[in-house]
Amino acid sequence: MDKSSQITQNGTLMSENQNTTPSSLSDVAAKRAEAKVAGTSPLGTGLEARGVHAWFDKHHALEDVSLDFSAGTVTALIGPSGCGKSTFIRTLNRMHEFIPRTSMAGQVLLDGKDIYEPGIDVTKIRLQIGMVFQKPNPFPSMTIGENVLSGIKLAQLKVDNHEDLLEECLTRAGLWTEVKDRLSAHAGGLSGGQQQRLCIARALAVKPKVLLMDEPCSALDPGSTLRIEETISQLSKSMTIVIVTHNMQQAARVSDYTAFFLSDGGPGQMIEVGPTNEIFSRPRDERTENYVTGRFG
Amino acid sequence: MSIDAPVKVTPEARKITTKPRVSDQIFRGIVTAFSFSALLILSLIAIFLLLKGFTTFKEQGLGFITHFEWSVTQDEAGKEVAVFGLQAMLIGTVVISFVALAIAVPLSVLTALFLTFYAPERVKKVLVTIVDLMAAFPSILYGLWGFFVLMPMAEYWAKLIQKWLGWIYIFDVPQGVYSRSPFIAGIVLSVMIIPIITSVSREVFSQTPLDRIQAAYALGATKWGMIRAVVLPFGAGGVVGGSMLGLGRAFGETVAVYSVLNIVFRTNFQILFTQGGNVASMIIQKWGEAGKTEISALMAAGLVLFILTLIVNFFANFVVTRAVKSGR
Amino acid sequence: MSTISQKPSVAPTRPWAATPRDRAMTALSVALSILATLTIVAVTPMKGKLAYFFLFFITWFIIDSLFVVSKSGSKGVKDSLAAKVTLFGGVIVSMAVFSILWATISNGVKGINLAFVTQNMREASLFDPIGKGGILHAILGTVILIVIAIIFSVPMGILTALYLTEIKGRAAGIIQFLVQAMSGVPSVVAGLFIYAAIILNTPLRSSTFLGGLALTILMVPTVTRTAQEVLNLVPSDLREAGLAMGATQWKTVALVVVPAARSGLITATILGVARIAGETAPLLFTVGVFDSYNFNPFKGDSGTIPTVVWAGLMGGTPESIQRAWSAILVLLIVVLIMFVAARAFGSKQPKR
Repeated sequence: MDKSSQITQNGTLMSENQNTTPSSLSDVAAKRAEAKVAGTSPLGTGLEARGVHAWFDKHHALEDVSLDFSAGTVTALIGPSGCGKSTFIRTLNRMHEFIPRTSMAGQVLLDGKDIYEPGIDVTKIRLQIGMVFQKPNPFPSMTIGENVLSGIKLAQLKVDNHEDLLEECLTRAGLWTEVKDRLSAHAGGLSGGQQQRLCIARALAVKPKVLLMDEPCSALDPGSTLRIEETISQLSKSMTIVIVTHNMQQAARVSDYTAFFLSDGGPGQMIEVGPTNEIFSRPRDERTENYVTGRFG
Repeated sequence: MSIDAPVKVTPEARKITTKPRVSDQIFRGIVTAFSFSALLILSLIAIFLLLKGFTTFKEQGLGFITHFEWSVTQDEAGKEVAVFGLQAMLIGTVVISFVALAIAVPLSVLTALFLTFYAPERVKKVLVTIVDLMAAFPSILYGLWGFFVLMPMAEYWAKLIQKWLGWIYIFDVPQGVYSRSPFIAGIVLSVMIIPIITSVSREVFSQTPLDRIQAAYALGATKWGMIRAVVLPFGAGGVVGGSMLGLGRAFGETVAVYSVLNIVFRTNFQILFTQGGNVASMIIQKWGEAGKTEISALMAAGLVLFILTLIVNFFANFVVTRAVKSGR
Repeated sequence: MSTISQKPSVAPTRPWAATPRDRAMTALSVALSILATLTIVAVTPMKGKLAYFFLFFITWFIIDSLFVVSKSGSKGVKDSLAAKVTLFGGVIVSMAVFSILWATISNGVKGINLAFVTQNMREASLFDPIGKGGILHAILGTVILIVIAIIFSVPMGILTALYLTEIKGRAAGIIQFLVQAMSGVPSVVAGLFIYAAIILNTPLRSSTFLGGLALTILMVPTVTRTAQEVLNLVPSDLREAGLAMGATQWKTVALVVVPAARSGLITATILGVARIAGETAPLLFTVGVFDSYNFNPFKGDSGTIPTVVWAGLMGGTPESIQRAWSAILVLLIVVLIMFVAARAFGSKQPKR
């Protein structure tokens, strides 16, 4: 059994109750797998990481991660702190290179083309692969409306109707009804959960194919968390989503596939990946089982 | 015996006191006394300048600030007639300081942006040393350089400006004499204040919250797009504060201005023309031959300058502290 | 269980770094711009350094944009323009500094000879050529000034800083504000004040002592501010250790905190001296001008380096101007040495 496994798009599910894992997790995951319609949406070939490594200076932080994120799916990355999940997700939209003295190896393919190809315009890549961060970070000097459209402005994209786009993005992010009367108010006045949904709307405005989410709910209250999870489910119908999360219940609730990362003191590695309900009910690797049953981490 | 529900009583906090040892009391006393020396000195400055300048304030009244003439003459009876009016010099101070700001602020902001976001490590170290060096140059050096090196070049530039932009009033000249003008004094001042504006701007730019910077990049912004969307709105307050600090410095500059400016008691907004002044260098100019009345006037002028710079610096420090501390 | 297969170790790469091709493109665009600039200057009536400078900038921007626009469109062009403009800002500032340094060195060197630093000006006049007369008297005067200023401002500055960092009394806010206000006092006002307060009210007349007092006013804020920063860097566990041993506060400060910050306090002093060494205006009111040695700090005018420069500039003859440049070169060398020394002391870690 090797560490990097290719997942194919499938709809088959196994919903057996296991006694090694908390039954609730696998149940939740199983329900989700049921609810998801098997089949594909016409979204291209999705995002694929092949043999990705990452270094901070000389420190080898991530080793040989290969994952295929099929179009229209939600993949959760789980694992204890410090095992490279955030580093990995940042190699997917070329944010890793902002930290000084970093390097990487491997390929990340979007629709079959390597985003690290020399000569490529990285800003165009980031328009197609969006990111939502752990701490909500709307631009405080802009109004709510300006925040949502900021990506359009920064990329100088042509948009026929700004108001329609604004309404569409805020609706998809689940924020429209709450802010539709105060689009000219400053973004700083919103609550944490609202700010995060604003950031999601902002990311959606440039119509990305992939949305990366780095622990988007860890700074929020449970009510906002659930709303955002609903949003994720809705969004997955039209784009690929990769979400890093510490919360296994969350992974079970929102994701189709789950990948488990672990570091044994050395570089972080992707131990196992599979359909979520399988990972939680019948993980193949002992370390995965230890983690999802709460024996560590 | 009835049992009541236990009532929670929070005890009052005890006052913690300590009686410091005598040696410590002496220590604290001495240190505190010396610290108030700053207050003492500033007050003494104000008091003595006021005392010595008092006769001038009394005789000239508000006209001291609003009149344009400065002369000591004798009338037919041999009595001294003195008119002292600082208006021209006050306006002149403001004019050259604003020329200085117009040149220094863009250059400083650009340099600060370059240092914070564009410069590779080694280039950054070198450039930072260069800017610090600038701050260490004595002001009379700027005077020498301004007069002998800058002036010939600046006169040529002034002629060009007059040729192409002379239809704008401030760039026109009544006569073609371009030496020792407010323009040149402004350039010299701008070089002197660039270090302080650059260093404050750098400090505030480098504190731009990383999460906003990352948000901009994640949306596909270019570096300049990120700077416009995040850094400049965040750092605007600091840049303003730094510029005000530079302004305060420019107000009080003496020998550098004196060397490159032709001090004339007439308001002049045509900065390319050889006429201008500022209060500090005027004091130097008049000091040598000043009789008793005039000395009193110069003291009064010194007091006005003192209060002016105090006010500007007060606001500047306020703006800078707010901008640097708050996470706006 | 997973089997760990032997994989060849993978080399880290940086696909976002500038490739040789990128560097070649930059070199090409710079070369083309230089060529274009020279051509335009040869063909049109534009002349002078200004022309070269701006033509190069404009042509470089245009040529480079042509390279960029195909890859990134108009926003890439704006980004590349911004990068170049900020670079040019830095270049202009550097050019000003180099111009000043070059002017000082090239002009000043001509007048430096043994006589210059070993004689005074008593025998020489404005018109005497270099070789006769020197500035030793001025060097002496400046040294005396600095010593007097240090004697007054270092205790005041350090004690004020101690109040702000160790005692932190209720007046700390006011004192902080006052120190900042003091740093804004114009140098001419400091000179006027000493004149008004002392020369007009007491029998004392111009002397280096009064000059030193005027310079103290300008030096104290610098010393205080730097000392404050340095004292704040001393880790608080040092203080706590001292107090926990039962030492009084003053003993803790004197025997633990101050020695730990010693090199930083020396930096504060050096920076203060560098600040005032070149001040001219206050000296004109309080020390006057003089052409030979004056060993008495309390009586009589003295020569000082800044006033020698001033006198040279005002003198107007080529010889006196030459003396001015040479004197300022001497001063600049001294200031630069202090600058380097301050850096050296400032980078020493506080002793544990």
